Amino acid sequence: MESAFIIEKSVVIVVVFAVTMIMAMYSTWAERKVAAFLQDRIGPNRAGWGGLLQPLADGMKLFSKEEFFPNTPNRFLFVVGPAIAMSTALMTSAVIPWGDRLHLFGRDIILQATDVNIALLYIFGVLSVGVYGIMIGGWASNNKFSLMGAVRAASQMVSYEVAMGLSMIALLMMTGTMSLKEISLQQQGMNWNVFYQPLSFLIFLICSFAETNRTPFDLAECESELIGGYHTEYSSMKMGFYLFAEYASMFISATIISVLFFGGYNYPGMQWMVENVGVNTANLLGIAVLFVKICFFIFFYMWVRWTIPRFRYDQLMNLGWRILIPLSIVNIMITGAVILRHDIAAALGF
Amino acid sequence: MSIETISLSGRKKVVSNKDMTFLERLYLVAIVKGLLITIKHFFRKKATIHYPEQERERSAVYRGQHMLKRDEQGRENCTACGLCALSCPAEAITMKAAERKADEKHLYREEKYAEIYEINMLRCIFCGLCEEACPKDAIYLTESKVLVPASYEREDFIFGKDKLVMPLEMALKNSQLNNAN
Repeated sequence: MESAFIIEKSVVIVVVFAVTMIMAMYSTWAERKVAAFLQDRIGPNRAGWGGLLQPLADGMKLFSKEEFFPNTPNRFLFVVGPAIAMSTALMTSAVIPWGDRLHLFGRDIILQATDVNIALLYIFGVLSVGVYGIMIGGWASNNKFSLMGAVRAASQMVSYEVAMGLSMIALLMMTGTMSLKEISLQQQGMNWNVFYQPLSFLIFLICSFAETNRTPFDLAECESELIGGYHTEYSSMKMGFYLFAEYASMFISATIISVLFFGGYNYPGMQWMVENVGVNTANLLGIAVLFVKICFFIFFYMWVRWTIPRFRYDQLMNLGWRILIPLSIVNIMITGAVILRHDIAAALGF
Repeated sequence: MSIETISLSGRKKVVSNKDMTFLERLYLVAIVKGLLITIKHFFRKKATIHYPEQERERSAVYRGQHMLKRDEQGRENCTACGLCALSCPAEAITMKAAERKADEKHLYREEKYAEIYEINMLRCIFCGLCEEACPKDAIYLTESKVLVPASYEREDFIFGKDKLVMPLEMALKNSQLNNAN
């Protein structure tokens, strides 16, 4: 029984890892395609059908590039930077429920690497470690542009984490749990959290743009001012890791948004499917539904990137500290008031 | 009507520096408007021309590489008068004249011919003024879509008579066509 459990979890972890990698890989392809289509172009279409082999070609190119080390005081940190960025981007996927359960080989397989009851805290913790990847890499480059990019990224991510955390509190007050599994279960049918917490969703969405360093908040790597930002001095696969980490974290944050606000793997009529068609079919459909939601949000990230110009740094900080944080505090108070009213009504027996 | 209010183009707008309202400061309305504009482009017909497979149409007055013509009997038209070099605004053309020998009558149409005729393709701007200046219909800018090839040496861009003079077979073929007509 024990070994079966270990094998089951290993398979789930490997599959989740592989899927994250593939999604990140094809996000780079999708980014170029979406960019092209939004600009009336066609995009990569030479490597494979519709350019589908383009990510492989890009990866091969990065592998074959020269491994360059700048005159840095600490070569170890220079290598650790991209490693941290990559591993934090991948670690978050551990707590995400990809589906309810599959019934295979006489066992119920839970489609989640681990269901910790503090999943949301875990995600926030890992996200804040992600800052170190950029900060260490930028500092160890021994280059003023890299350092400035890193400092910008760090202050931006720290500021937006505050608003992000506060926007989450309103949601937590409603759900009463931090386990993503239970939050998914609460949203059965069309009972999505976004209908109850639209403001919280909006703030979370904006903050996730800042957390993943995507346009309009990609000041950490704005070419016009900072060359390449924190990865100016990086080459070869270390550079690839930074770029890849950005896409991996984009995939993860799209997943978190879908799970927290858009019902995760739930779709209307899932209960009926489980009872009448079968657990496996119902849940495979659930996974597909989750991926449709994720793909939409990845598309949304790209759509926004090719629509909005980059914010100025003071605008970014103003938005974070003077608009988003007060808004999320107001949101908490409104949520609190509504919950209190409910409780009083329940106590008085209405 | 005062001078400030006249708008000849009909597009004059008074610049306003008024403070943004709260909604505008949230940027959300403007962002949604922008998103709608870009998504329209997503479904629009693409402007790309798949280059090696498809080619853009050339203009009717397209001017390609130069050619020094031969007449129907395969003799070179050029008499090395130098008018093309004189008319060239980029000073790309040089030549050296020589006198036709008695046994060269089948090669050159006039008594004087260009022994050396060189066009510097790095200087040439393909304006076609040499073609207009030529009194002997010797130099033409063809419709050839072949572009000047890239090279590492500057010398490779100086095209001499070996590259410029019309091939003999082409001249003979042209005269056959003319006779047939």
